[in-house]
Amino acid sequence: MKTILKTENINKFFHDPVEFQVLKNISFEVQQGEFLSMVGKSGSGKSTLLYILSTMDTDFKGQLFIDQENVTGYDQDKLARIRNEKIGFVFQFHYLLAEFTCLKNVMIPALKLGKYSEKEIEERAYEKLKILGLADQALKLASKLSGGQQQRVAIARALINDPLLIMGDEPTGNLDSKNSNIVFDTFQELTRNYHQTIIAVTHDEDFAKRSDRIIEMKDGEIIV
Amino acid sequence: MNINLDIAKTYIFSNKKLTAVAAMGVVLGMSIYIFMNCMMVGFDKSSSASMFKSIPHIRVYNDDVISAPLIKDSGKQFVIINPKVVPRTNTITNPKLVAATILKQNNISIVTPQVNASVFYNNGKSQIAGIANGVLPDEANQMYNIKSFMADGDFDLLKTNINGIVIGSGIATKMNATIGDNLNLTSSKGINKTFKVVGISKTNNSKVDNISSYINLAVAQQLLKESASYVTDMNVNVTDPEDAEKIAKQLSTLTGYKAEGWKQANESLMAAFKMRKIVITFVSFTILIVAGFGIYNILNMTVSQKINDIAILKAMGFKGKDVIKIFVTQAISIGILGVIGGVIMATGLITILKNIYIGGDIGYFPIDYEPTKYLLGIVIGMVITFFAGYMPAKKASKVDPVSIFRK
Ligand SMILES: Nc1ncnc2c1ncn2[C@@H]1O[C@H](COP(=O)(O)OP(=O)(O)OP(=O)(O)O)[C@@H](O)[C@H]1O
Ligand SMILES: [Mg+2]
Repeated sequence: MKTILKTENINKFFHDPVEFQVLKNISFEVQQGEFLSMVGKSGSGKSTLLYILSTMDTDFKGQLFIDQENVTGYDQDKLARIRNEKIGFVFQFHYLLAEFTCLKNVMIPALKLGKYSEKEIEERAYEKLKILGLADQALKLASKLSGGQQQRVAIARALINDPLLIMGDEPTGNLDSKNSNIVFDTFQELTRNYHQTIIAVTHDEDFAKRSDRIIEMKDGEIIV
Repeated sequence: MNINLDIAKTYIFSNKKLTAVAAMGVVLGMSIYIFMNCMMVGFDKSSSASMFKSIPHIRVYNDDVISAPLIKDSGKQFVIINPKVVPRTNTITNPKLVAATILKQNNISIVTPQVNASVFYNNGKSQIAGIANGVLPDEANQMYNIKSFMADGDFDLLKTNINGIVIGSGIATKMNATIGDNLNLTSSKGINKTFKVVGISKTNNSKVDNISSYINLAVAQQLLKESASYVTDMNVNVTDPEDAEKIAKQLSTLTGYKAEGWKQANESLMAAFKMRKIVITFVSFTILIVAGFGIYNILNMTVSQKINDIAILKAMGFKGKDVIKIFVTQAISIGILGVIGGVIMATGLITILKNIYIGGDIGYFPIDYEPTKYLLGIVIGMVITFFAGYMPAKKASKVDPVSIFRK
């Protein structure tokens, strides 16, 4: 198994309103096919770390390797390309484009990547929506869906490009236990059968316990 | 379809009202720009058209100048105190050859000789000073289109009636002369001659109508006690009056006589034209800029509204330039809508005005569909919309997704 994500001594500071070290010497590795949960108290720095791992936040000290490539210091365009191709992201608060249908929302990252034809992308998007139990909502505008439905659409969108890495910031935060289980099972299947890698921030103890590995954070440090 | 275009399209159609308001701004700006500029061209054309009823595009004449030293660079300096212009001759030597030479040049539409005689028009006790233009009737008509502004009589009668005269309407009123009347002229050389009024012209330019008359060239020469080879002016019309100054320069070097274009001959009038042009250009351009601000504002608003979308798109791997493309596409679409609307509205306005009858020698309102002004309006309009859209788009491309997600 190869290492899909690695950090070396990541430190991050906020300067406003006061100098404050939010991440302290974060060093860890994630193997391909791992299902990793990240837990910790509110304010412990989980989201901040996840933004760095997802390459969106480049304002940190230390080294970040994705798919064995040191991406530290890459320019924005290069990072955008990596995100598009290798990383699927589910945000802490569901973030869909309100004026597009669910189907279109799911399709957009794939249309951007341009690996498949529009027709194939549409089929694949339907597939992903079906897995998450939303096939019947496909043609509704994203803004017309409930919070939980929107979150599941966002998960479907994160899966569309078959990314190496799927990162979720409380991906099941808005879901009932039934849908939570569906998401968990989907993630598990992706790691087991397709060797994709999941890093999920969660407050759901049950969810965390059932995953392959737990990282616990406290005051900007990994304690377990 | 490209995904950037697809997203831009969705934004345009899901925000129809905003798009319409922005496009409306461009429509107004564009139409007023095109309209005002076409009107200016119309004014210029109508002013010069009325001017060309009495003056040629280019006048070639023999200008008296201070003699140059006969021997140049002789080393010796002859001291002449108070040098003066000695009026020797102001005629054009061998006018036929000069006319033929000029006619051989490109872009010349007509060349005709003219002799202007200062005269007094006498009728009983009343006497007014004026100028009798000695012309070749056919060529003069081609040049000034005299027949188009004849108030009475027939210009062609000049050809058959060697002692005929076509007088300006102002002279006719003052002399109480009508067609068929006799009119006595006294020239500056003291020659007295009686003419028969065969026509009355009316240019509506009182300066011309009150002093000018047309007589046959040969008779004008007689009035001045000169031979048939005496020609003071060679009048030239060119195919495009705008080229007159340039061609005048060529003619001057070619013939050795002074050639003066109509703009040079009417400098104060040209200054007024120029001022009008500056004012209209300035005002119409400002209106277009204001329309550009409209787009700028609305796109800025759209960008702020869509800041979440921008953050998501960037998180999913859209680059800064993709974001720019999305919003610039929106601006350009609005611009194209506005331009189309603007062209239609300008055409409508011009059509309405074109059909309004003013009267006088102007007739219908002098305005026309000027393709160059349309083109200019379209190009400037598109350039302005592009930049008005580019600035907010650039701002959008700089959005940091993390700072948005944290909110
Ligand atoms: N832009 C910022 N400027 C200053 N401090 C910030 C900023 N963003 C976050 N912080 C601080 O950094 C710390 C970590 O925040 P973060 O959002 O990573 O926590 P978290 O572990 O995701 O919490 P939660 O479980 O509530 O989502 C918090 O103390 C927060 O107040
Ligand atoms: Mg968080």
